[in-house]
Amino acid sequence: MTALTKRLNFDNFNGVDLVINVLRVVIIALVIIGSTRTIISGQYTAQQWVDLTISGLAQGSIYALIALGYTLVYGILLMINFAHGEIYMAGAFTTYFLAAAFSRSDFLNNFPWLAIPLLLIFSGLVSMTLAVLLERVAYRPLRGAPRLIPLITAIGASFFLQYTFRGLYGSSFKSYPNVDALDGSFTFGVFSISYTEVVVFVATFILMAGLYYLVEFTKLGKAMRAVSENKEVSTLMGIDIDRVIVFTFAIGGFLAGAAGVINGLYRPQGVNFFMGFIPGIKAFTAAVLGGIGNIVGAMVGGLFLGVIEAVGPNLILDGLGIPGANQLKDVIAFTMLVLILIFRPQGILGERLAEKKA
Amino acid sequence: MAEATLQRTESTTSAIDWQAILKTGLLAGGIIIFTGAIGMMVAFNEREVIQDWLTLGQILLFLPPIIAAFMHANHSENYPGATSLADENPLMAILSGLGIGIAASLPMLALVLLTNFIDVRGMFINIDRDLIEILTLDSESQFTGSLTLAGMLTVCGVIGAALALIPDKVRYALQTGIATVLAIGIMGELVVSVFERFVSDDLLDLVFERDSLLLNSAISLFVVISLISLLWAYNSDKVETRYEALPNEQQRNLKWGRNGFLLLVLLLLPYILGSALSQTMTLIGLYALMGLGLNIAIGLAGLLDLGYVTNFAVGAYVTAILTSNGPLGIADGWMSFWLVIPIATLAAMATGFIFALPVLKMRGDYLAIATLGFGEIIGTLAVSDALRPLIGGPQGVTAIPNPNLFGLTFDSPERIYYLYLAAGAAALFVSIRLNNSRIGRQWMSIREDEDVAAAMGINTARSKLLAFTLSAATGGLAGAVFAAQLRSVYPNSFQVLVSINVLSLIIIGGIGSIPGVIVGAVVLIGLPELLREFSDYRFLLYGALLVFMMVSRPEGLLPSQVTRRELNREAEETDVDAAKINDPTLNDAPQDEQATIDSDVNHKDT
Repeated sequence: MTALTKRLNFDNFNGVDLVINVLRVVIIALVIIGSTRTIISGQYTAQQWVDLTISGLAQGSIYALIALGYTLVYGILLMINFAHGEIYMAGAFTTYFLAAAFSRSDFLNNFPWLAIPLLLIFSGLVSMTLAVLLERVAYRPLRGAPRLIPLITAIGASFFLQYTFRGLYGSSFKSYPNVDALDGSFTFGVFSISYTEVVVFVATFILMAGLYYLVEFTKLGKAMRAVSENKEVSTLMGIDIDRVIVFTFAIGGFLAGAAGVINGLYRPQGVNFFMGFIPGIKAFTAAVLGGIGNIVGAMVGGLFLGVIEAVGPNLILDGLGIPGANQLKDVIAFTMLVLILIFRPQGILGERLAEKKA
Repeated sequence: MAEATLQRTESTTSAIDWQAILKTGLLAGGIIIFTGAIGMMVAFNEREVIQDWLTLGQILLFLPPIIAAFMHANHSENYPGATSLADENPLMAILSGLGIGIAASLPMLALVLLTNFIDVRGMFINIDRDLIEILTLDSESQFTGSLTLAGMLTVCGVIGAALALIPDKVRYALQTGIATVLAIGIMGELVVSVFERFVSDDLLDLVFERDSLLLNSAISLFVVISLISLLWAYNSDKVETRYEALPNEQQRNLKWGRNGFLLLVLLLLPYILGSALSQTMTLIGLYALMGLGLNIAIGLAGLLDLGYVTNFAVGAYVTAILTSNGPLGIADGWMSFWLVIPIATLAAMATGFIFALPVLKMRGDYLAIATLGFGEIIGTLAVSDALRPLIGGPQGVTAIPNPNLFGLTFDSPERIYYLYLAAGAAALFVSIRLNNSRIGRQWMSIREDEDVAAAMGINTARSKLLAFTLSAATGGLAGAVFAAQLRSVYPNSFQVLVSINVLSLIIIGGIGSIPGVIVGAVVLIGLPELLREFSDYRFLLYGALLVFMMVSRPEGLLPSQVTRRELNREAEETDVDAAKINDPTLNDAPQDEQATIDSDVNHKDT
C-alpha cells in the first residue's frame, strides 16, 4: 500500500519517474537489438569473442584493484577519494624508473619471477606512502565537514598530484621495458592467454586473496569492519579510528600501486602523468557497480566493467550501425556509471545503503 | 591526543620546542625542494622582479622560511586568552626563527651535495644544472655558494620571526607595501605595456628597466605604499564613521558614483589595455560568464555539477553548425549570430534539462560523479567518428563568421570583449535577481538540507531542474560567444579541464558569492594568461589552492553573506555540539566532537 501511494505521489513532479522508466526501456531495447543484430550478422568469430573477453577480464582486474581502494575508503569515511586514480599513477610512474634500471642491468630478464614481484611491492609502497600522506594533509582536517567539501578537496588533490608528477618526471609517455619471459601465450582449444595476461591474473588473485585474508581474519581487518559498521561504538570498544583510517588508505594505496605496475606490464602504450584520471573514474564505476563499500563487490564490479568495456562496443554498438565503435569504449563505461547510479545505486551485490549514505 | 597535550604544555613551560622548530623548518625546506624539483623555481627564475636583485624564483626560495618562522612565532593555541610565542618571549621567538631558517636550508644543502655524487636527472628531469645554479647562487665553489644561500635562508627565518614582533597595524602596512612592490614587479611586463601607451618612455625608464623594477624605484614605491597604508590603518575607522554618519541619500549617491566609475572603467578597458591584454580580458569574461552560470547550480542550489563543459560545448556547436559557411553549416549562412544566440542558449538549456532529469534523485558526491560521466561522454562523442558527419570529429567546425551588428564586425579582441561584457552583465543581473528571489531561497534551503526543504513544501525536483536548466543557459551563451570569437570549434576545447577550471574559480572566489566568481576568474584565469611561467603550473596551483581553501578557508576569498554567517554559526555551535555527544541521533560528526572534547581537556590542562 505504501508503495502504491508512493507511486501515485503527484506532488513531487512524477514526470521524473516516467522519464527514468522510459530511459530504462529504451536502453534495454537498444542493448538487445544491437546484440542480436551483431550476433545474427556473424561478423565476429567465437575465437574473437573469447579473446575480447579475456583481455576484458585482464583490464577488469586492474580496475578491480583500483576499485578496492575506493570501496575501502568509502566504506569507512563515506567519501569518494577522487585522487585515488592519481595514487595509482604515482606508483606506476615512479616504478617505471626502477623497471628501467632493472632492465638495464638485465635483472628483469634474468630473474623475471623475482623482479616483477619486487616492482609490484615497490610501486605499492610508493602509492601507499602517497595515500597516507594525502590522508594526513588533505582529508584528516576535514573529518565531519559537509560531504561536498572533502570531495572538492579530493578533486584539488587529484590535479595537484597530476601536475606534480608531470613536473617531477616530465610529460612524455614512458613505456615499461619488455620482459622476454612474458612473450608468447598458452593455448587450450579456443582459449589463448598470453603470458602477460597470466601474470595479470595471478598477481591480481594473490593481492585480492591477501586483502581478503587481511579483512576477514586479522585483528586489523576486524577493526576496519567494525569502524565501517559504526564509528562511535567501535571507539567505545577501544578501536583507534585514526589508525584504522590510515591503514585503510595504506591498503588501498598499495593495491592501486601494484595495479599501476600490472597495467604498465600489460599495456604497451606506457605511463604518463594523466594515466590515472580516466581509470580512476572507471574504477569508481566498478566500485559502485559492485556496491560501494563492499569488497567482493569491487572485485566483481571491476571484472564486469572490464568485460563490458571490451565486448560492448563490438557487441552492442556495431549492431546499431554506429561507425568507429571502438572509439566509444569510454562512452560505454561512463554510460554504465550513469545508469548504475540512476537505477541501482546500491550496486549489483546490493550493499545496503541508507539514504544518508547514497 | 595525550601526547599532543603533553607537548603543548611543554612548549609553554620549557625553553625551546626543538621538535616543532625542526619540523617547521624542514617543512619549509621541503617546500623549497618541491618547487625546485617540479621545475617551478627555474621557470620562475626567468622573471626578474627587481632588476639584478630579485627574481620570482628567489621569492619561491625565500618565502617559505619567512612564512614558516612567522607562523611559528605568531602561533597561539586555540583558546581564549592564549598568547603566542612572540608575545611571551620575543628573544625566544627570534631564536626559533633562526632555528627554522637553519632547518629550512638543510634539505637544500643535502640536495646540492647529492647531485655531486649521483645524477638524478634521469628520473627528476627538473633537477638540472640551472636549479643547482640557483641553489648555489651561481658562484664558482658550490660549497661557499650553497652555504651563503643557507645563511640567507637563516636570515629569512629571523626576519619572519621578527615580523611577528611588530604591532599588527604596522605589519599590515609593511605587508601591503611589499605585496604591492612584488605585484608590480611581477606584472612589470603588463604594467609597462599599459603605461607605454599613455606615458613617455623616458618616464617609464626611470622606474622600469626591461619590464622589471629598478631597485631605487622599488624602494621608494615600498616606502610610499607602506606609509599610505599605515595612515589608512590608523585612520580607516574615522573615515568609516564619517561615511556612516552621512545621510542615507548621500551614501547612496556615493555608492552610485563608485558603481558608475567602475562601469566606465569596464567600458573603456579595451582602450586602456590594448589588443593583447584584451585577449586575456575576453578569456576572463568567458570564464566569469561560465562561473556565474555554474554558481547557480553549485553556489545556490548546492548541486556539484562536474559536467558543466557539456552545456558550453552544446552552445558552441549549435552556434557553429547554424552559422558556419563551411561544409558543415546547415543554414547556408543565412542565420546571423544574433538569431543563433537564443537558439544556442535554448539548446543548452534543453541539454541541461535532459541531463538533469535522471540525476535528480542523486545527492552530493554521486551527482558529482554522474555529471562528470556526462562530461566525459560528450567529450568522447565529440571526437568520435560516430558524430563526424554532423560536427566534424577532431577537425571540428570551421568558417564561422564573426558577428556583425549594423555594419560593425566583432572581429578583434577589443570588440569581442564587449560581447562578453554584455553577456556577463545579463548573467550578472539574472544571478543577482535570482539570489534574492523566492526561488533563490528555495535553492539555498535545498542546499542546506534537502529533506527539510521538501518537508517545508518546496518542490525539490522542480527547483533542482530549474537550477540545472538556468545554469546551463549561461554555459550555452558562453559557448555561443566562444564559437563566434574563435571562428572555429574543435572538440579539444571541451575537455573536463574546463569544468575543473570553472569549479576552481567558484570555490576559490567563494561558493555562492557573485563578486567571488569575478575575482576568481580574474585571479585564476587572468594570472596564468599574463604570466606564462604560471600557465605551466596552473592546474598544480589550482589543485593546491582548492585543497588549501577547503582545509583552511572553506568560504573562499570573497564569501557571500549567507555562507559566512553559516560558517561562523557552526564555529559557535561546536561547543554546544559537544554536549550532545551522548545522543546518537544528533551525532553526525563524531571526530569533530571528539576533537572538541579533547581540546576542552587541553584547556584545563594548560
